[in-house]
Amino acid sequence: MASAAKKLLMDPFSDNNPVTIQVLGICSALAVTVKVDTAIVMTLALTSVVTLSNVVISMMRNIIPPGIRMIVEMAVIASLVIIADQLLRAFLFDISKQLSVFVGLIITNCIVMGRAEAFALQNPPKDSLLDGLGNGLGYGIVLIAVAAIRELLGFGTLLNFKIMPENFMGNGLVLLAPGAFIILGLLIWAQRTVSKYVEE
Amino acid sequence: MREDTRTFVFAGVTCLVVSLLLSVTASVLKPAQQANEAFDVKRNIVKAFGIDISSMDRPGIEATFEKHVAEDKAGDLPIFTWTDEGADKASKYAFPISGKGLWSMLYGYLSLEADLETIAGISFYKHGETPGLGAEIEKPWFLNQFTGKKLYEAGTAVDFLVVKPGTPLTDTSVDGISGATLTGKGVQILIQKDAAAYAEYFKSIKGN
Repeated sequence: MASAAKKLLMDPFSDNNPVTIQVLGICSALAVTVKVDTAIVMTLALTSVVTLSNVVISMMRNIIPPGIRMIVEMAVIASLVIIADQLLRAFLFDISKQLSVFVGLIITNCIVMGRAEAFALQNPPKDSLLDGLGNGLGYGIVLIAVAAIRELLGFGTLLNFKIMPENFMGNGLVLLAPGAFIILGLLIWAQRTVSKYVEE
Repeated sequence: MREDTRTFVFAGVTCLVVSLLLSVTASVLKPAQQANEAFDVKRNIVKAFGIDISSMDRPGIEATFEKHVAEDKAGDLPIFTWTDEGADKASKYAFPISGKGLWSMLYGYLSLEADLETIAGISFYKHGETPGLGAEIEKPWFLNQFTGKKLYEAGTAVDFLVVKPGTPLTDTSVDGISGATLTGKGVQILIQKDAAAYAEYFKSIKGN
């Protein structure tokens, strides 16, 4: 893979991670990370939405009238989210019940709109695809990390398999939003220390 | 002017394409979604009858439902009956329960033994309570407590209670959930309300 393309795809995993560096998409990172399986499905849903929306918007970038640019972007993103939600309801019903409103809320996830505005509008579809894929998965990697810690400490399981000993008492705090905040905060700290990133 | 026209045409075309795409998706996926929802209700009715479904797959649950469960009417209200294999009379009765929890509406089913007084099982299938706290209402440890408790005495609904853990239990009360007192209160209120609504019906079929 060419190094430029590789950078597009890999940067969001660490040095330019949308969650730990840019602090975007926090709402869902707190809400759907109680269990790993929901986090994985949410990752897949968001990655497909951000990738496809990047490609579609990039293909339209030269013909979108400037006056309605953002509205058109929203229409594209909202449609993709509705399709993802409908597919989940039809084929992964139990998980869609657990994700509840958060699939619909992908529309408001800043990562999607952010990548459309910041990247897809200026770059050709192929690069936009890589950028979308990288950012979706970069978001997902943090989501799954948070979920793994919460599920392990809260339920003593990983992907519903029992990991902890039989007499393990789950910690209720990590299952609640404050627990997610603490874990996410620690991850952001760790990531920024490794990346030597300092907020200006 | 030319630029304005282009904007309107672009907006129009976008709307058309997007709405076509969405309506096609929605109508293609509708049957599968409805089947899922119908199955979810069936699964919870079977669960409410006190059947352990944790090791059953989807066809197994469907088959159990077809074989044992029948829908009936209690006046204007729906009621489900369970008939044991080979028996010609219903041995358990289930009715839907619903009401407010802390954050959300709770929906479920509650079933009675043939004596029409004792609870055979209960399930919740839809709620938006806090995971780890209020959402414990769908966990076996909470639901299993109800089995064997009394819902009616001498034809009238008892004051069924969800009490603070540690309070001595009677045969008309169950332990609540630590940290989810209000969800427990919601469960208590909805059980009392729906038990009262079905009291007449159970009185009328008793002794038949």
